[in-house]
Amino acid sequence: MGDKVLQMNNIMKIYPNGVVAVEDVTFELEKGEIHALLGENGAGKSTLMKVLFGIESPEQGEIILNGQKENIKSPLDAIKKGIGMVHQHFMLVPSLTVAENIVLGMEPKKNKLFIDEERAFKLSKETADIYNFDIDVKERVEELPVGLKQKVEILKALYRGADILILDEPTAVLTPQETEELFIQLKKLKEKGHTIIFISHKLDEIKEICDRATIMRNGRSKGTYLVKDITTAEMSRLMVGRDVVTTFDKKPAELKDTVLKVRNLSVTGTTGIKRVDDLSFDVKKGEIFGIAGVEGNGQGQLVEVLTGLSKKYKGQIKVFDQDAKKYSIRELRDLGMAHIPEDRMTYGCARNMNIMDNIFTNQYHKTEYSGKVLLKNRKIENRVNELIKEYRVKTKSYRQSVGMLSGGNIQKVVVAREFSTSPAIIIANQPTRGIDVGAASFIRQRILDFRDSGCAIILISADLNEVLELSDRLAVIYKGQFSGVFNNVKNVTEVELGKYMLGIKKDDRLEGIIYEQ
Amino acid sequence: MIIEAVFSPEFLNATLRATTPILFAALASCIASKSGVINMALEGIMLFTALFGVIFSAAFQSAWLGLLATMAVGGFIGFFLAFFVLRLKTDEILAAIAINLIANGATILILLYVSGDRGISSSIPSLIIPRVTLPIIKDIPFLGQVLSNQNILTYVSLIMVAVVHIFLYRTPLGLKIRAVGENKDAAESVGISSDKIRYISLTLSGVLASMGGFFLSGGYMTKFTIGMSAGRGFIALAAGAMGGNTPIGSFLVSLLFGAAQALSNILQLGAWPHELVQMLPYVTTLIGLGIYSYSRMKKRQRLTGR
Amino acid sequence: MNSSTKLNILRTLLAVFIALLISFGIIFLTSDEPVKAIVQLLTGPLQSQRRFGNVIEAMIPLIFTGVGISIMFAANEINLAGEGAFHLGGLAATYFALNTALPPVISPIATILIAGLCGMIVTGIPALMKIKTESDVLVSSLMMNYLVLYFSTYVLSNILRDPAAGAVVSFAVPSVTQLGTIFNGTRIHVGLFIALAAAAIGYIFLYKTKLGYEIRVTGENREFARYSGINVVKITLVSQLFGGAIFGIGGGVELLGMYNRFTWTSLLGYGWDAIIITTLAKKNPIYVPLAAFFLAYLRTGASIMSRSTDVVTEIVTITQGIIILLVVAEQFLSKYKHKIISKEAKAALVEKEGE
Repeated sequence: MGDKVLQMNNIMKIYPNGVVAVEDVTFELEKGEIHALLGENGAGKSTLMKVLFGIESPEQGEIILNGQKENIKSPLDAIKKGIGMVHQHFMLVPSLTVAENIVLGMEPKKNKLFIDEERAFKLSKETADIYNFDIDVKERVEELPVGLKQKVEILKALYRGADILILDEPTAVLTPQETEELFIQLKKLKEKGHTIIFISHKLDEIKEICDRATIMRNGRSKGTYLVKDITTAEMSRLMVGRDVVTTFDKKPAELKDTVLKVRNLSVTGTTGIKRVDDLSFDVKKGEIFGIAGVEGNGQGQLVEVLTGLSKKYKGQIKVFDQDAKKYSIRELRDLGMAHIPEDRMTYGCARNMNIMDNIFTNQYHKTEYSGKVLLKNRKIENRVNELIKEYRVKTKSYRQSVGMLSGGNIQKVVVAREFSTSPAIIIANQPTRGIDVGAASFIRQRILDFRDSGCAIILISADLNEVLELSDRLAVIYKGQFSGVFNNVKNVTEVELGKYMLGIKKDDRLEGIIYEQ
Repeated sequence: MIIEAVFSPEFLNATLRATTPILFAALASCIASKSGVINMALEGIMLFTALFGVIFSAAFQSAWLGLLATMAVGGFIGFFLAFFVLRLKTDEILAAIAINLIANGATILILLYVSGDRGISSSIPSLIIPRVTLPIIKDIPFLGQVLSNQNILTYVSLIMVAVVHIFLYRTPLGLKIRAVGENKDAAESVGISSDKIRYISLTLSGVLASMGGFFLSGGYMTKFTIGMSAGRGFIALAAGAMGGNTPIGSFLVSLLFGAAQALSNILQLGAWPHELVQMLPYVTTLIGLGIYSYSRMKKRQRLTGR
Repeated sequence: MNSSTKLNILRTLLAVFIALLISFGIIFLTSDEPVKAIVQLLTGPLQSQRRFGNVIEAMIPLIFTGVGISIMFAANEINLAGEGAFHLGGLAATYFALNTALPPVISPIATILIAGLCGMIVTGIPALMKIKTESDVLVSSLMMNYLVLYFSTYVLSNILRDPAAGAVVSFAVPSVTQLGTIFNGTRIHVGLFIALAAAAIGYIFLYKTKLGYEIRVTGENREFARYSGINVVKITLVSQLFGGAIFGIGGGVELLGMYNRFTWTSLLGYGWDAIIITTLAKKNPIYVPLAAFFLAYLRTGASIMSRSTDVVTEIVTITQGIIILLVVAEQFLSKYKHKIISKEAKAALVEKEGE
């Protein structure tokens, strides 16, 4: 360790929609170290690495590799310069063998026309052996378990001569076993002189394997530290603090009946891992039940089964004391359930249709808006115009197509639609993600208004500000389970919350999570 | 009597004959599909090349030169399709429909212009690829009668099954094609241009289909008649899909359809109403497609539990 | 009308213009009297009442197929069995008319409805196969067309054939079932009103009814439709059935209005014409009659041109293909499209800043 193998100076990246992803970040890497890049989702770590790997080009800043200023124009360029990236979603071709995947794009040839399979096997086996990867290069990738697939990805980078390896959330998909194996490999790579950037938010792993850590928050760097000199609590504090604290005027909650009862809910993913693991909770009318957590800890799957999008679960979900399994999505909505989806473009709207068409998908079938066959267009138009005003959607007319609106306005259309049926239960999944401050605070106020008028609200958010300010009760989800629940949200600090979110702390008893047996 | 007829070597011989154009087109469909693009223009390409086959063989007074020139035309149409789909971002189905439409009209137009007739190319002195008997093979009992005395292009089509297989599974280009088709992002992450690969695969697809088209008017029949592709391009799509888009799989399915075609030819001579019998290849395709898709659906459901 | 709609219309017109230019080019290359041919093509239909009548007659089946496919494509399902649905509709109408003896007015109405029913079956089979077996609608629908063709030819040759007539045609359909002519001196029949009604009904169906709305949402974003509570499987099926019914009715109307016997021994190609029409009409049934008129005019002009010059009608098929290629190409004039879209997006953002 010692020489600087990489220096990124004053990098700034602004996305076309105006979001400043990375703001004046300086990052340096020493040869032979395993360097953690920490931060919550949206902190800017992925973007910084995309800049390094040539996927994005920065507005400002310079990159210096081994003392030489470089302009990295594309991933191929980055690979040529010795940078390799192992993506979170594998870039592998399933039906090809390990060897074929490794040599793809630079296949050894026999007689100029054919692939020299033997040599491909030999070369990939050699690479695997150098790094002590125990892998059968003749096997098809689709047959391999996830841990081995990841090894293939790493081998791909090594085969192409990567000195610097970027690993993007590598353990997100691994079993504990596979994680251990990975760490052994990484140490060996270190011995061979490779430098590794380890993108993660798993503090215990970083403590285990990394030498130094750079923490990012809101697009800025919060400093680089020697891992042995910093505690997980300190890392957590640096990661999850709030820079801007906005408060809402909140009346005390007036709780009414329990409308949602979840008992021992488990959802198993396609890989066999439990995404939701034995969750139980109740929600009453008049409260906001917040679920905080880093994305990817089971929130998505939880929302799917609660809203009827998936019926594949074990355990019980009761809506208004009825078993939710027997209800279709339409029926759940008619019972009073509203859903603000995490991905508004895929699930929340039809971008080529106009605002009116988008707002009415959950109520066009009701008698005030349609007869047996025909839609009552006049009534619908009036109502849409009302909603546009009420939700302050910036648009010339309801005839404008939704795809033309800004992110914040699209979300307002989604919220307008979901809230306009006076729902009894609202499930809001990352309701203000990726939208401007004005729209975000408007939506949060609306959520509060609904809570005041007796709605039961589940608020799932990775935004600490939001979840601490709005929730009456707050649970933290970690690896599909609740690691803690707070009934007195006012006394919760973000430092404390961070520990639960990052798995540093876990309560065995969850008081107040359910109201009745 | 029909059973006897079906298992006779003559029938199997006829089956191989009927399979040939479908096989060429099915292989063409395979290559395109492996790279991730559906080539629905096979029908139009076959029609175009059936006509051009006749014109070129007459112009060069050589069936082989005619075949080569026709293959160039087929490749060009494949390239043309690729251009509209990849560069101008036209929907691949609609672009194919447009090409098929143009083929319908243009072949009649060109036929009239070149031969003076609106239905058949009799006035064009076109040449055909001949049938041959294979010296030793013809003496093998039963099999000899099936395999020998076939059109040269039939043998070529069988060889092509192996060639396309080797191409897709043993050459660097074939590897790239499969990579682009299965995971475009993975291919691009190692520097492969998926557009370039698709241009190539569609052009090759056109070349293969053109061989089938040439055979239609220059071996199977001896002249070009309007509309003579008769849906084979579409059947080939099904054959490719049902064969898992592999050369060997498509070959087996194409044989099935060839048999249906041959059967309908035989039955037409007999007592069965010939229109109903003509339905056979299409019914076979429909039912086959249903069964194949159903079993794939069941397998997928088993694996993912949904 | 915002600028992006204006641009779309411009693109369509430009595509048509270029396609026509290319066709004129071909005429120049292959004809001895190109100018005369082009003049006949463009103005032929206007030269007499009868000729203009030909345009209107030709328009009628095109309206039906255009509307039918607009409804099917609205659900984003590429079902090409409309061709077969039309054909079977004509056959079913003939069969029904020949085998029943219903009073006037009721006879043609009942016959046409039966035709619609049969059309529904033809497009319904691939749609059902997709639901039950997840098989690709594209191939199965194409197969249906051939199946219908051979089946109809069988029925024609063996059941409906009139031995007294010279060619392979059916018995004559009773005149009580036939659709009468509206304007003397032309062959324009009552079917015109039915077709225009179909376009209006199609438009109302897609844009003013619950079902139509559900179909459109499903077609635009299936996931969104499902999340909103729409039963996407059922809705897609309904759209295919409804579209098929319109195709079938079109076949029945064409037969009862323009023919008095079933004479179709090959597929007429209206299914493929429908693709052009819906492309030009932007999948909106209310614009279908316009697009149908344009195509019919072109066809009639081509027919007139072919009778008096040496250019064949097939030139128009080529024109059609080129139009599709250019109109559907997203990147055709895309630079300008992008400029306008980003201008509008920026304007929307600026307005947003002001809040």
